[in-house]
Amino acid sequence: MWNTKRYDIIVVGAGPAGSTFARIAASKGLSVLLLERKTRIGVPVRCGEGVIDSGLRLFYEPCPEWIATTIDKFCFIAPNGSSIAVKLQEKGYILNRNVFDSDLAKFAEKEGATVVTNANVNSLLFENDKVAGVKGICNNEPFEITSKLVIGADGVESRIGRFAGINTKINLNNIDSGYQKTISGIDVDRNVCSFYISNELAPGGYIWIFPKGNDSANIGIGISGKAHINGKSAKTRLDEFLDSKYPKHKVESISVGGIPLSKPIKQMVTDSVMLIGDAARTVNPLSGGGIILGMKSAVKAADVAVKILISDKEPTKINLIDYQKQWMNSEGKQINRIYRIKTAVDKLTDKDLNNIIERVNKLPVEKRSLARIFRACIPQKPSLLFDVAKVFVGY
Amino acid sequence: MIEVDKGDCDFCGACVAVCPVDCIELFEKDIKIDSKKCTECKLCIYICPIEAMSYVEHETV
Repeated sequence: MWNTKRYDIIVVGAGPAGSTFARIAASKGLSVLLLERKTRIGVPVRCGEGVIDSGLRLFYEPCPEWIATTIDKFCFIAPNGSSIAVKLQEKGYILNRNVFDSDLAKFAEKEGATVVTNANVNSLLFENDKVAGVKGICNNEPFEITSKLVIGADGVESRIGRFAGINTKINLNNIDSGYQKTISGIDVDRNVCSFYISNELAPGGYIWIFPKGNDSANIGIGISGKAHINGKSAKTRLDEFLDSKYPKHKVESISVGGIPLSKPIKQMVTDSVMLIGDAARTVNPLSGGGIILGMKSAVKAADVAVKILISDKEPTKINLIDYQKQWMNSEGKQINRIYRIKTAVDKLTDKDLNNIIERVNKLPVEKRSLARIFRACIPQKPSLLFDVAKVFVGY
Repeated sequence: MIEVDKGDCDFCGACVAVCPVDCIELFEKDIKIDSKKCTECKLCIYICPIEAMSYVEHETV
């Protein structure tokens, strides 16, 4: 029985980060238990589902069933309605996250990981004040399972980190309230992702339209947590947008969630615990994209964890800290840089945004390379929006 | 106290991420707020994308 065994590693959360970690650790011969709170892995989807081809290929050969549409163009729409289209240098995809997540967990299972759904972890198990596993409830039955190492891949709401004494609380400035509807019966270009950048529509965030093939799309909004204090909620704002833009749409599903848009978390590991993915805030704080970054964190964490456990060393904080160091020297550094860009972008008014798009539209189409566009838009700060576009497209 | 409309709530956990005192526990189809731990700071109300959380004055019995 899965709940009577002792494991090398328990991974909490079967999203892309958790399943990728579990797959790697299991493939190296470690015993791995992957626990998922939901009944079905990947359902409900809580994501815009956009990834870039080269990012996905770092980890997996894209499978046709994962891909709803292929994207070759981004379109940014200013507050006054004028827009610019930017051709992508490489293709992107809108995924079917339900299929993708479920397949990634199966890959982990194939490598030998035990995957259990409907398993709600509600505390850590301590022995002599040290983390020694997890406690929870599965199908109304309580369980207690021991392991050498616990991986918190439990998303934005991560409680594993908190249980282990890591401060994972997010300030309202650094989290967006996300609300998305997958709708059908609309006229939408299946190869273009559109972004409405406007403080009036989406303060501290944006509205996205990600096509899902045929006549359907994921249309969602992220607004700063602060914006709702004296203003409308994400739901109200998106519903108003949809009613005015697509009055005849049919709602297929609704997806809700907090989007962490913060600097890297200060502490990614402690004794016998590592955090990966959204739980470790491995998210691009400007675009909110986190699928590829989450999997990158999983690979880095798994490499460190496997080395330690295979050589029979204790997974102490000091031994696990290599993962955090590696992260902060690579993607973590990049996330810090993007966070600074986000802070600058947040200060742009709707008038600034209109001016920028207007200036770009004066450029002849054939000269609209990203570099040229963004050099043209802000003469005094030529790099700012170039950086914005790069991080938007690149992650 | 903070109340959750469980008919509206999608159990996404955005409130759990911002709660400063970790008083919200999430299940697949349920959510519980420990009113003894809750400081009524209302951050959960602000972050909730679907207005499922609200503040109600304490009832005096």
